Amino acid sequence: MLRTILAIVCLTSLGRLHGQSTIQFNQEIRPLLSNNCFHCHGPAEEDRQADLRLDVPGSVDVEELVARITSSDPDLVMPPPESHKKLKPAQIALLERWAAEGAPYEAHWSFLPLKPVTIPQVHNGDWSTLAIDRLALSHLESKGMRPNERADRRTLIRRVTFDLTGLPPTLEEIEAFLNDSSENAYDRLVDRLLASPRYGEHMARYWLDLVRFADTNGLHHDHYREMTPYRDWVIRAFNDNLPFDKFITDQVAGDLHDNPTIDQQIASGFNRLHLIIDRGTALPEESFVRNVVDRVTAVGTAFLGLTVQCAVCHEHKYDPISQKEFYQLYAFFNNFDGEPETGGRSGSDFQRGLQPPYLELPSAEQEAKLAALDSRISEYTAEIRQLKSQQDDSAKTAEGSVEGEGDGPADRLAAAEQELKTAQADRTKLLLAIPATLVMKEREDLRPAYVLVRGVYDQHGERVERDTPAFLPPMQQKDGLKTRLDLAEWLTDASHPLTARVAVNRFWQQFFGIGLVRTSEDFGAQGEPPSHPQLLDYLALSFMNSGWNVKTLVQSIVLSETYKQSSTAPREMFVDDPDNRLLARGSRFRLDAEVIRDQILAVTGLLNSQQFGPSVKPPQPSGLWKTVVMPSSYPREYKPDVGEKIFRRSIYTFWRRSLPPPQMTILDAPTRESCIARRERTNTPLQALLLMNEQQYFQAAMHFAQTLLKSSETTDEERIQLAYERITSQLPNEATISQLVLALDQFRNIYRENADDAATMIADAGGSSKPSTEEQGELASWTMLIHSLLNLDITKNHQ
Amino acid sequence: MNPIQLAQQQQCRRQFLRGSAMGLGAAALNTLLSDVGQAAAAVPGTGAPHHVAKAKRVIFLFMAGAPSQMDLFDYKPDLHKQFKEPLPPSVSMGQRVTAMTRGKEQLIAPSTFNFRRRGESGIHMSELLPHLSSVVDDICIIKSMHTDAINHDPGKTLICTGSEIPGKASLGAWLSYGLGRMNRNLPDFIVLSSAFWSGDRQNVQALYSRLWGSGFLPSKHQGVAFQPAGDPVLFLSNPTGVSQQSRRTMLDLTSSLNRQHMDEIGDPEIQTTIAQQEMAFRMQASVPELTDLSQEPTHILELYGPEVHKSGSFARNCLLARRMIERDVRFVQLFHRGWDHHVGLPRKLPLQAYDVDQPSAALLADLKQRGLLDDTLVVFGGEFGRTTYCQGRLTRTDYGRDHHPRCFSAWMAGGGIKGGITHGETDDFSYNIVADPVHVRDLNATILHQLGIDHERLTFPYLGLDQRVTGVEEAHVVKDILA
Repeated sequence: MLRTILAIVCLTSLGRLHGQSTIQFNQEIRPLLSNNCFHCHGPAEEDRQADLRLDVPGSVDVEELVARITSSDPDLVMPPPESHKKLKPAQIALLERWAAEGAPYEAHWSFLPLKPVTIPQVHNGDWSTLAIDRLALSHLESKGMRPNERADRRTLIRRVTFDLTGLPPTLEEIEAFLNDSSENAYDRLVDRLLASPRYGEHMARYWLDLVRFADTNGLHHDHYREMTPYRDWVIRAFNDNLPFDKFITDQVAGDLHDNPTIDQQIASGFNRLHLIIDRGTALPEESFVRNVVDRVTAVGTAFLGLTVQCAVCHEHKYDPISQKEFYQLYAFFNNFDGEPETGGRSGSDFQRGLQPPYLELPSAEQEAKLAALDSRISEYTAEIRQLKSQQDDSAKTAEGSVEGEGDGPADRLAAAEQELKTAQADRTKLLLAIPATLVMKEREDLRPAYVLVRGVYDQHGERVERDTPAFLPPMQQKDGLKTRLDLAEWLTDASHPLTARVAVNRFWQQFFGIGLVRTSEDFGAQGEPPSHPQLLDYLALSFMNSGWNVKTLVQSIVLSETYKQSSTAPREMFVDDPDNRLLARGSRFRLDAEVIRDQILAVTGLLNSQQFGPSVKPPQPSGLWKTVVMPSSYPREYKPDVGEKIFRRSIYTFWRRSLPPPQMTILDAPTRESCIARRERTNTPLQALLLMNEQQYFQAAMHFAQTLLKSSETTDEERIQLAYERITSQLPNEATISQLVLALDQFRNIYRENADDAATMIADAGGSSKPSTEEQGELASWTMLIHSLLNLDITKNHQ
Repeated sequence: MNPIQLAQQQQCRRQFLRGSAMGLGAAALNTLLSDVGQAAAAVPGTGAPHHVAKAKRVIFLFMAGAPSQMDLFDYKPDLHKQFKEPLPPSVSMGQRVTAMTRGKEQLIAPSTFNFRRRGESGIHMSELLPHLSSVVDDICIIKSMHTDAINHDPGKTLICTGSEIPGKASLGAWLSYGLGRMNRNLPDFIVLSSAFWSGDRQNVQALYSRLWGSGFLPSKHQGVAFQPAGDPVLFLSNPTGVSQQSRRTMLDLTSSLNRQHMDEIGDPEIQTTIAQQEMAFRMQASVPELTDLSQEPTHILELYGPEVHKSGSFARNCLLARRMIERDVRFVQLFHRGWDHHVGLPRKLPLQAYDVDQPSAALLADLKQRGLLDDTLVVFGGEFGRTTYCQGRLTRTDYGRDHHPRCFSAWMAGGGIKGGITHGETDDFSYNIVADPVHVRDLNATILHQLGIDHERLTFPYLGLDQRVTGVEEAHVVKDILA
């Protein structure tokens, strides 16, 4: 305590000495005020007490503030006891200092315009000349610290290959990188990875969490929904390096371009990714409102990094977003031309998971077949009509005449009707195979929007016009109705303070495990301020200046020395800074569920790298869906795919919102019911069980063991070395090899003594081995050894 | 004499058995004490417990689909006089109804079931609940529950997570977060869903993993759904051909290599991986031990009724719940579906009541005889109530009921709740509450209160708010029902 006081005194005097404030309002004061005071003294008028606002300058009585926060009288002290908020002594001291300096304000950091960043001077200038590194280093040096040494090459190629493709490097790739002695070996490695088709699949996965992409509707019956063309578009957009401003624009308003391309229409499906309830129980009017709110919430989280949905029922308590402003944003999205609930259960639309408006995407061949079928159908229809009228005529003229045999009009009619039926069935079958995806479409007549009193769907308040919140730069003045396209242009305008910051922060988070702003979904007053504000702004500005070039941004991050640091550090550094907020080392964190699974498939040689198309169903424990389906839910049963499909990358796995694949959710994947900007990372026994016992992962180990036993490596040591390197990208040291050899022999003993176990293991895991007990024992033992390697901490971590 | 009454009579004679139960309790206390510190360290800021807890554990018997309150608990003796008469507008007050009965005439459907005063307390109970009636002096029936939601999905999501909108943390996850672990070898929060039910197989409402999900809380707090068939815990069993010895060899190897790696790289989180692999290994023994009922004596199996022999039955799950509670699982939630009786209620409800009546009464008696009811809170209820007016065909003996959020019944027992009382009152139609309303939020606040938690202080910062299981609106502990 004494030390703290001394430190404060010293700092204060230092600050005074230099005649400048030592307090960073946005870093230190606003979070305190927001969390403890804004609820009653913030932007929300209806809750405001004593006519005092602390979120804006001008109304604070400095003496009163100090008196209140230091008072011991429960009737006077702030925050009041019933709020269960309590300021810590250090926080009170900080506020007192702030008050002593005259309570200077700054606008909330993320609402301030981006300004060019001065690259600071650093002591250790030799470390790197890159702006990212100078900014990171100057922060580090201000804490009296030094950067870590650069990671070794094996660690680097493993890290960057995971980060850019979601897969581990192959042995050949490692070999090539280790042998490349050229100056720019690493740069070329990065170029190769950025050009890989795997890059887009990996980048898209984060985006799909953010926009809650899934294969079902998420409510009630949780029926099937088809939007895989949207998922494939996201993958292609990243691979083709679609500028991020266009990426945003096409999702918000792709349908509103003049003559939108197919891709732009597909992208507009962003507005259809919300949950949808099926017809019959809820009220359509309420469902409609709920969908629009969900749509606006997504825009808030994904692009603005704001919790706009807090203003659905009342003024936002912390950020300057009024309820009216929420409904002004809402007005951009409420003119949807379609039903708010899913349609009936009959018909091909339902089977295809489609609900108008949607876009059909037939191949040329499908298109031709469809046209041919359509013309056949109209021919038969015409023929039937003609035959029927002939029949009627002949019935009138020749009543009682006996029909001819075989090819009489009645037979011709029956034949034509049969043909028509066949053609229609063929058409339906073809239709079911034609890809399609939900898209956004605007209604012709404008649907008026109102403030909904307390957020209740039928309680209309004041009518509102489309507009953006007043605290952000205004939209470009235009005649006529503002459109979603105008909104998209506003979002991506160079003057917008949030969009680029929010985007670069999420990209940064992918590589370091945590954003410069930890709360990547909330850049408002209740979010955390950035650990490196200048670095964030630098990245955001460079990003915009590069034409929102994602690959350039990603490249600049992974080429930085900051990124290349080793993650090996003294234990105390991990304890002091577990999330690596200081950037004093390379980040070490558990890989995401999808990466863990894809890695297992890749290193064991099972991965099927086919891209795109409808989602697939790898095996999962049977009967899981039973608790979440109703008798008419569609699909009702989880029918696992067979063959190569089950080895495709996890981004193609079928996602049922009411019960996503446990292989994913056990490892912290979200359910995709709401927009998630970052995943939690936990370490649980259920995860250990998953990695120990999941059927496909064990089969993969056996598959690898089989390959290994057939390979040219002959000694145990050689095989172990190969397996270890392939799985971890590292070479095992002598001690590790000898432990693995020892364990292998233990497994051999176990399976020699229990030959039946080996036989049943192989039969159950679909392995193949010569029937001799010895060979079976060998395969079982190697399977256990490989599987042990797949379960190592080093295997499941980014480091 | 039914098995429950038998059990009650035998209670004294079984005092000697208490020795073993006490033994368990003492063991549990040790783990509790050692974990209290952990919990405090693991959850900085929550400060829980905030006061002395009356209950340590909770069993929530969730009746998904919404049971009809006026056919089970909320006795309306005079309603038969108004058979088929329209519900007075002064009662319905233009209230919102579902899309299913919107615009239709609201004709009164009195219950066809008889009610009788039961127990020393003389509480009216439906003839459909004979076993529960025999323990009525241990339970508190809340007749004045109400909710905001009128449809199943938002209704269930509200009662289980405190919000109609998906994405929030479930009650059990909150408890795991706020109170920390209470045992070493099992999850904190276990979910058991009936694999079958008798009342209605056609119209069955779905469940969602979000109902026991962790929402914004770290996923280690999410409920672990036990499976009625196959592995009770997903991925629990070793792959075929992997013996315990083989598994042990593997874990010794990975632990050793992981430890070496930790020494090299410095990250202490590797220690957690090692510990969790060991916990997983222990669970491979503790979970089968938990679900193995072969050591349960015949009189206990009989207590829970004949269905206890069927895997996935509500009865079996009640018995499993008791075994979990004995092993200090903090929160056990049972889901029983099939209560959504829009039509043909008099035919379906007895079957559905049969599913839960004896097992839930047995659970109370069984907990009581082991001395566990005192600090175990048992809660029974659905997501909303059902309408007094009919949906579908209406005769004296055939009717259906639509969803009704304005009032429904739930009951609580044990864990510091007064037994043998009712709380709250509805009007003559079981349509509106006339005394002591209890919102879903209030129920959750009360559950937390019994566990030593102030619902306003158990918070987690997310999306700019200090999130609470009771949400942002006011919630009140139902003080009147506390012992």
